[in-house]
Amino acid sequence: MGKLIVSLSPHAHSRDSIERNMYGVIIALMPALLASFYFFGLGSVVVTTTSVAACCFFEWAICKYILKKKENTLVDGSAVITGLLLAFNLPSNLPIWIIIIGALFAIGVAKMTFGGLGNNIFNPALVGRAALLVAFPAQMTTWPKIGQWDTYLDAETGATPLSIISSAIRLGDASVLDQLPSSFELFLGSSSGGAGAMGEICGLALLFGLAFMLYNRIITWHIPTSILGTVFIFSGLLHLSNPVYPDPLSVLFTGGLMLGAIFMATDYVTSPMTPKGQIIYGVAIGFLTIVIRNWGAYPEGMSFAILIMNAFTPLINNYVKPKRFGEVAK
Amino acid sequence: MKIKTFSMGGIHPAENKLTHEVPTIVAELPKQAIFPLGQHIGAPAKPVVQKGDKVKVGTMIAEAGGFVSAPIFSSVSGTVFKIDTAIDATGYRKPVIIINVEGDEWEESIDRSNKLEEVAAHPELTPELIVERIKNAGVVGMGGACFPTFIKLTPPPTAKAECVIINAVECEPYITADYRLMMEHADEILVGLELLMMGAKVTKGYIGIETNKPAAIELLSEKCAKKFNGTKYLVEVVPLKQRYPQGGEKQLVDAVIQRQVPAPPAIPVNVGAIVQNVGTAFAVYEAVMKNKPLFERYTTVTGKKLANPGNFQVRMGTPMINLIDACGGMPEGDNKLLAGGPMMGKALTSVEVPICKGTNSVTIISDEEARRKEPQPCIRCAKCVGVCPMGLEPYLLAKLSEVKNWERAESEDITSCIECGSCHYTCPAHRPLLDNIRLGKATVMGIIRSRAAKK
Amino acid sequence: MNFILIAVIVLGAIGLIAAIVLFAASKKFAVYEDPRIAQVGELLPGANCGGCGFPGCSGMADALVKGADAGSLDGLMCPVGGAETMGKVADLLGMAIANSEPMVAVVRCNGTCEHRAKIAEYAGLRTCAAMHACGAGETACGFGCLGCGDCVAACQFGAISINPETGIPEVDDEKCTSCGACVKACPRSIIELRKKGPKNRRVYVSCVNKDKGPAAMKACAVSCIGCGKCEKECPFGAITVENNLAYIDHQKCRLCRKCVAVCPKKAIVAVNFPAPKPAPAPEERKEEQV
Repeated sequence: MGKLIVSLSPHAHSRDSIERNMYGVIIALMPALLASFYFFGLGSVVVTTTSVAACCFFEWAICKYILKKKENTLVDGSAVITGLLLAFNLPSNLPIWIIIIGALFAIGVAKMTFGGLGNNIFNPALVGRAALLVAFPAQMTTWPKIGQWDTYLDAETGATPLSIISSAIRLGDASVLDQLPSSFELFLGSSSGGAGAMGEICGLALLFGLAFMLYNRIITWHIPTSILGTVFIFSGLLHLSNPVYPDPLSVLFTGGLMLGAIFMATDYVTSPMTPKGQIIYGVAIGFLTIVIRNWGAYPEGMSFAILIMNAFTPLINNYVKPKRFGEVAK
Repeated sequence: MKIKTFSMGGIHPAENKLTHEVPTIVAELPKQAIFPLGQHIGAPAKPVVQKGDKVKVGTMIAEAGGFVSAPIFSSVSGTVFKIDTAIDATGYRKPVIIINVEGDEWEESIDRSNKLEEVAAHPELTPELIVERIKNAGVVGMGGACFPTFIKLTPPPTAKAECVIINAVECEPYITADYRLMMEHADEILVGLELLMMGAKVTKGYIGIETNKPAAIELLSEKCAKKFNGTKYLVEVVPLKQRYPQGGEKQLVDAVIQRQVPAPPAIPVNVGAIVQNVGTAFAVYEAVMKNKPLFERYTTVTGKKLANPGNFQVRMGTPMINLIDACGGMPEGDNKLLAGGPMMGKALTSVEVPICKGTNSVTIISDEEARRKEPQPCIRCAKCVGVCPMGLEPYLLAKLSEVKNWERAESEDITSCIECGSCHYTCPAHRPLLDNIRLGKATVMGIIRSRAAKK
Repeated sequence: MNFILIAVIVLGAIGLIAAIVLFAASKKFAVYEDPRIAQVGELLPGANCGGCGFPGCSGMADALVKGADAGSLDGLMCPVGGAETMGKVADLLGMAIANSEPMVAVVRCNGTCEHRAKIAEYAGLRTCAAMHACGAGETACGFGCLGCGDCVAACQFGAISINPETGIPEVDDEKCTSCGACVKACPRSIIELRKKGPKNRRVYVSCVNKDKGPAAMKACAVSCIGCGKCEKECPFGAITVENNLAYIDHQKCRLCRKCVAVCPKKAIVAVNFPAPKPAPAPEERKEEQV
């Protein structure tokens, strides 16, 4: 007879694992990846491949040579996700050396210095993007137009919907908003001549990803719904008060809002641990995004809003407790 | 109609009810029966026999060791071999009485007929007499917790009982003993329920059954209607959504009467409910109506690699290996032998451990399922928070227990944990959450007790 | 120029006001502390191990000064600093110090991999506390060492470590300060603080198994079976047998080692004694071979 094995209960486990969740997110990002290849062609392929390869390389190298860990954490798939999300935030004509610096920041500074997966406070992809925005403002704020299949560094650039909106608000002139494509076109990303970051272009592709993740219980509905809901209501109120502010649907489908609400803000490590906390987090992000977009110096507010709320996550975790079973109302 | 369920958390482990439709067979008598003295919550029983004494089936061999305790009765006839120590379900050597089995002679006072005795035919029954007979028969909770039943039927003066809820949920995977009992002895169970309601002085009763047992729901609903319609008792069979841990008494009370039991030291009777396992109801019928003390029970012996898993009516004291051999023997290779189901069962280091009052199943887990994967760092996915049926934060409680921060652990309600294992089951990083929380909970409860003792 | 002057004056004024406020606060809210406490604190090792029973060295310093005022330093001993430190403290406070014996942690289990067979494999959280809660462990002895190292983790001085060959912790008696952390950490109370003994020699029963003889023997080759031979042999009445287990009182033991010789299971261990002289070569056999 073989050995008897003992341990404390429970003696069963679900089939869930870190790898299953991470690879699930990667699959959810595939529609957006294909959309970005379609809209931005060669430039998108180069930028995405470089970003993913650089992130993976840095995670492997830091794990092996600097932290000297027993098991290299490259296999859990989180470096690939950071690479993809970082790439989705970048213009498709960004030079390779800048992408590599961004990857180094994202993985090395934002993730590994804190102790690797599970310990970082700020979303690595967003830290990488913010660092690049501050270090290379010129390259990071010129966006190639969609539909250019075989150009990379020499792609023609144009005004993004967000820059149109922010100039309308600055000039106080609602007629500038007429330059915007219809919200349906913004949703599909098919506006001819429009420009933007690679992952933000097609809202439909991102929604497919959201559906996939919700079905597989990789994320819950709380954060995306609270962010998008708050943005819709807040920008709707602003639009009603003054037509210089764009209509809520346009706001929803422009810029990194969908990408941020579905993939960035829902990052496990940097978001709160309780449903109530997640809704507070989402509402605050939505509010901050609109504030920064409309009245801040940058046309895009999503990344900074998420980074600011990342700093509040530990506080939310400390003070917002789930409802206990049998809680006697005090 | 919407199926009722409990308010928060819960998981769906694979059912694996391999023995659902396997009819119960009477297990063979062992050659030697082992009776641990600590088969219940409370003080261990004290032996009243010594080496060489002759006993019959139903003879008392140990008396209650205190108020919260229960007597133990021999399930076999023969000679007392010795009073020694042996490994029991706790994993440690504990005092036991070992009896060499000779024949199968029963005490004359036990009614062995199959005639169904109705309460109406026994006008001498009063609530006090019922509770007295339950106490003297050594009936304890048969769902696994083994709390002396007579104490549950006499709540403290601060609490008023309003109903009796029968726990026929059997939410753990693999176990089918309660289901077979319902299908084979439904009438006796309902008389047992009536006795419990009389003993607790209530007129409302509920029977909670998960929807994965439709035949039992139908059978019991039919018999309930026939028996209780038009009487002073209001008894309802409540189908419950299949979800673990529906069988936990707090979750059951929440689902059936929509009342949540507050944090310890509150117990279900504080919200008016007395919860009893369906096996206990059957044991109550036998104790009160047939004068038969508690010495046998239904036990499922199951496992994916067992040749013939089955359900047994087994005399307590039978070593588990006897039942396992009747099912085809221990499977090849390394196995986990569990007393109970895979979620809350106890892993044993010996196959000679006997069947006791609370052993509702013997489960054998084999191969990869028997081993745990290497834990990885917490990725803060919050899935454990989502599945906790008590609304706690397992990742936090496990961390606090690890760093021994007992004050914060107490303020984060670690004592409310029911140790169901849902958090540990769900964690994608395979972290040993419940191991840490259990240790922390035991330490915090010790601190609370010593604080109360000092006052 | 004006701006610089204004800036200098403003900052200077703020600094002056802040200084006055801080001075006033330090006078008004000052807490009087006996200066001796700080002086005694200087002499103590500063490890904050809690071995003295007080919360940290500052707590001990406080207790020592209170003790000095009360008239006696009895019962106060810093195990890390030892007699030397206590002597210096006593001199500072103008007191005499009671001599107390140095102690050391002793692991009273010899259930090595060789002596104790494994009957199961433990696959859970690898701490002694978790394994103890799960059951007897991987062997048939429910009292013996589990080898997961809760004691090693508790020791702040690196004085205890698990020997990879035997699976049992070993105490380095040079580094052990008898602070008692390992004693508290062990869920089975296997580790005990005993007198270090002259020349570091000590005799103890290396077993805490309370099972009856046959069960104990089945579990481990060197377990104490409670036969009582040692109790009868001891000329100083230092050994008591209770619950099938012998115990040597380290205050009464005189290190004569008569018990070690009579124990049938070799459960009593004598530490740091010189090896017994080899038996003289049998002269008769040599002569026969010639």
